[in-house]
Amino acid sequence: MARTTLGQEVLTGGEATAHAMRQIRPDVVPVYPITPQTPIIQAFSRFVADGQVDTVLLQVESEHSAMSAAVGAALSGGRTMTATASQGLALMVEVIYIAAGLRAPIVMAVGNRALSAPINIHGDHSDGMLARDSGAVQIYAQDAQEAYDLMVMAPRVAEHPAVLLPVLVGQDGFSVTHSAENVSLLRDEDVQDFVGPYEIPYPLLGGRPSSQGLFAMPDAYYDIRVRQIQALEAAEQVFADVARAYALRFGRHLGAVESYRMDGAERAIVLIGSTAGTAKDAVDALRDKGEKVGLVVLRLFRPFPHAAIAEALAGVQRVAVLDRAAAPGTFPPLYADIRAGYHGPAELRSYVYGLGGRDTAPQDIARVYEELERPQTAPIRYLGLAGEDQHGEP
Amino acid sequence: MASERTNAMRPGGVVLPGDMARPRTGGWRTGVKPAVDFTLCVDCLLCWIHCPDTAVQQKQGVFQGFDYDLCKGCEVCSEVCPTQAIKMVAESTALDERGGLLPEGGRRDG
Amino acid sequence: MASLKELALREEQQPRFSGGHSLCAGCGIPTIVRTVLDSIPGPVVVVNATGCLEVATTRYPFTAWGVPWLHVAFENAAATASGVEAAFRALSQRGRLGGERVTIVVFAGDGGTYDIGLQSLSGALERGHRFLYVCYDNEAYMNTGIQRSGATPFAASTTTSPVGSVGRGKAEVRKDLTAIVVAHHIPYAAQASTSHWQDLSVKVERAVAQEGPSFLNVLSTCPPGWGHDARDGARLARLAVESRYWPLFEVVDGHYRLTHYPAHPMALVEWLEMQKRFAHLRGIDSVALEAEIEREIGSQWQDLERRTAESKAWFEERESESV
Repeated sequence: MARTTLGQEVLTGGEATAHAMRQIRPDVVPVYPITPQTPIIQAFSRFVADGQVDTVLLQVESEHSAMSAAVGAALSGGRTMTATASQGLALMVEVIYIAAGLRAPIVMAVGNRALSAPINIHGDHSDGMLARDSGAVQIYAQDAQEAYDLMVMAPRVAEHPAVLLPVLVGQDGFSVTHSAENVSLLRDEDVQDFVGPYEIPYPLLGGRPSSQGLFAMPDAYYDIRVRQIQALEAAEQVFADVARAYALRFGRHLGAVESYRMDGAERAIVLIGSTAGTAKDAVDALRDKGEKVGLVVLRLFRPFPHAAIAEALAGVQRVAVLDRAAAPGTFPPLYADIRAGYHGPAELRSYVYGLGGRDTAPQDIARVYEELERPQTAPIRYLGLAGEDQHGEP
Repeated sequence: MASERTNAMRPGGVVLPGDMARPRTGGWRTGVKPAVDFTLCVDCLLCWIHCPDTAVQQKQGVFQGFDYDLCKGCEVCSEVCPTQAIKMVAESTALDERGGLLPEGGRRDG
Repeated sequence: MASLKELALREEQQPRFSGGHSLCAGCGIPTIVRTVLDSIPGPVVVVNATGCLEVATTRYPFTAWGVPWLHVAFENAAATASGVEAAFRALSQRGRLGGERVTIVVFAGDGGTYDIGLQSLSGALERGHRFLYVCYDNEAYMNTGIQRSGATPFAASTTTSPVGSVGRGKAEVRKDLTAIVVAHHIPYAAQASTSHWQDLSVKVERAVAQEGPSFLNVLSTCPPGWGHDARDGARLARLAVESRYWPLFEVVDGHYRLTHYPAHPMALVEWLEMQKRFAHLRGIDSVALEAEIEREIGSQWQDLERRTAESKAWFEERESESV
């Protein structure tokens, strides 16, 4: 059933993700539907129904069960993938922590969507942020092409012997999951060859008997946990190595951090996800006017690449960190993470934007760069609130 | 960097059988232990299946005695024994190497 | 049908569950686990829900398990087992396993089955995974300190349904989980007890031979939770059966059959009197409560007798076909 794909197809992020999954040929995929991830699982279900991939597909009865089945399958010796978003991720977060603790290398696509309440089906990063301390690797795509590429890269990161952790691959709900663009797909056999066979040290099936998920008292829990933390830290180098291998072979380099027109930039924005596209347009327009501005787009969020961020911000005077999630009562996640590890001279400012899918236009980004020239007006600046400065209007 | 002990642990806290010596739950007993009158034992093995601690030893279907390192002294074995071959005796009671009562208990051949 | 000697020989060959764990003295669970595991031919993988069995048998770095064993969480043993089973199918299809059938067994308590685990059990049954789910039913959340569950019988005293000047123990009747499971149209479901090891063993053999989900609800006595002397566990389990409190039956493709008829039915009061959790029923105002329990037990038994009679012809036809 090898289907040779070469060149570009017009695909949404969701469809591209489903293609990546089809080409990876996981052993088991347990899924439960939730907007905006449904295009992923629907496309994949169709691939299975049409005999294009022989994955054992389980339509489970909740997201919690999806991740539970994924842990069972992954630790049994089967490459396992799933997908979710928002409330589904919230429901399964108990098991994501457990998957990380049990060192199950599951790859999960997340159609990043706002968390209730209010209930909202549109894109923001609050769901991924809910899992930020789960111990899973987290990477974020800017567009459908990146969603595809990162999915193909993910198994090698997850399954690396020094890592053995779940990997969450985020793409913005609707703006990436449902938006069509030209996506360059690799050939099936190249994806197969790149990901390689699935191997874990203690498979429950076909290996020697082992006990997994023990009850650890204070004399053991701490040590096992620190081992796990070390594994997540190791994932930074592993991700860089996999990204380099991917670039060498397929020509696209998706490193932890992308610097866009940062040469000589005095003001910079740092953000995650699809607003990068809008921001790049705004940067281009400002650069055309001679303004020294640039953009840093973060792809690897966990483990946090502090050194790479510091390097990207070298020479910058003022930085606006744009978070598409809030951490009520304190500074939002991306800002807080950068702040904690950054010891450089640049002034950092916190912005929140785009919650619940609120659109961000190029004028909004331009406004941020403009505000960076004036003193800071608030510890956290909420960009684009209704009635306020939406789309650059006073 | 974490300690040698931490690094020696398997990922995920995976454990293989035999990684650790079996805890001696025989220390749970509070004064009595099981003893057997081999003249009454008929190798029905009911004590074997009902023992929660796998402390009843058997070989090829023949009752062999008790593992006192495991026995918690629950007395279920003496209750289920259909021939009253198993009696609970004081901890200090001298028994033969298979938990057989001395001297009236007698010894089993073979 | 394996004899006790055959089970013993198998355990001698391959000890799948060992002592050294910290389950209570006199706990009913190990008998269930050993009978089940020794009755299954071929390799097994065990998925264990959080609870007494899991906690007491795997205190890091000790494990009582000689077979592959996985614990994930409390409410998802059936979902986890679904993943193991799916992996078994996928790896078998792709030629990455030896070819021998691996039996997937779930052990979960009543808490992790009747209540918090019910959804994941239901989903796994509906999807038709081939696995055996064994619920060791000690009728409360024992591991966390004897709190009431959906399996706790009417009037039982627990730490969250205690007897006081107002409270009279659990006010609700227990769920009929076996009926809920049967409603999923699975090939095999049954009730069993530690007191009748051979009945349990035969049911395990029948269960794992099915090409789909199978379910065993096995009563497990509990000295601290039920308030009885450790030594009386086996006798109490027998009383549960002989008083018809816990009928032994099986449901094959929806057809019911009682597998044990008490030769001399014991009075329910004997079962109640042996347990401190029912001690308050000896009070003056207890007669009505006791009568209610008797009524409940009686009607449950009659229902099973009726269903057994209805299915008699079906079983006979099946048995004559297989001869």
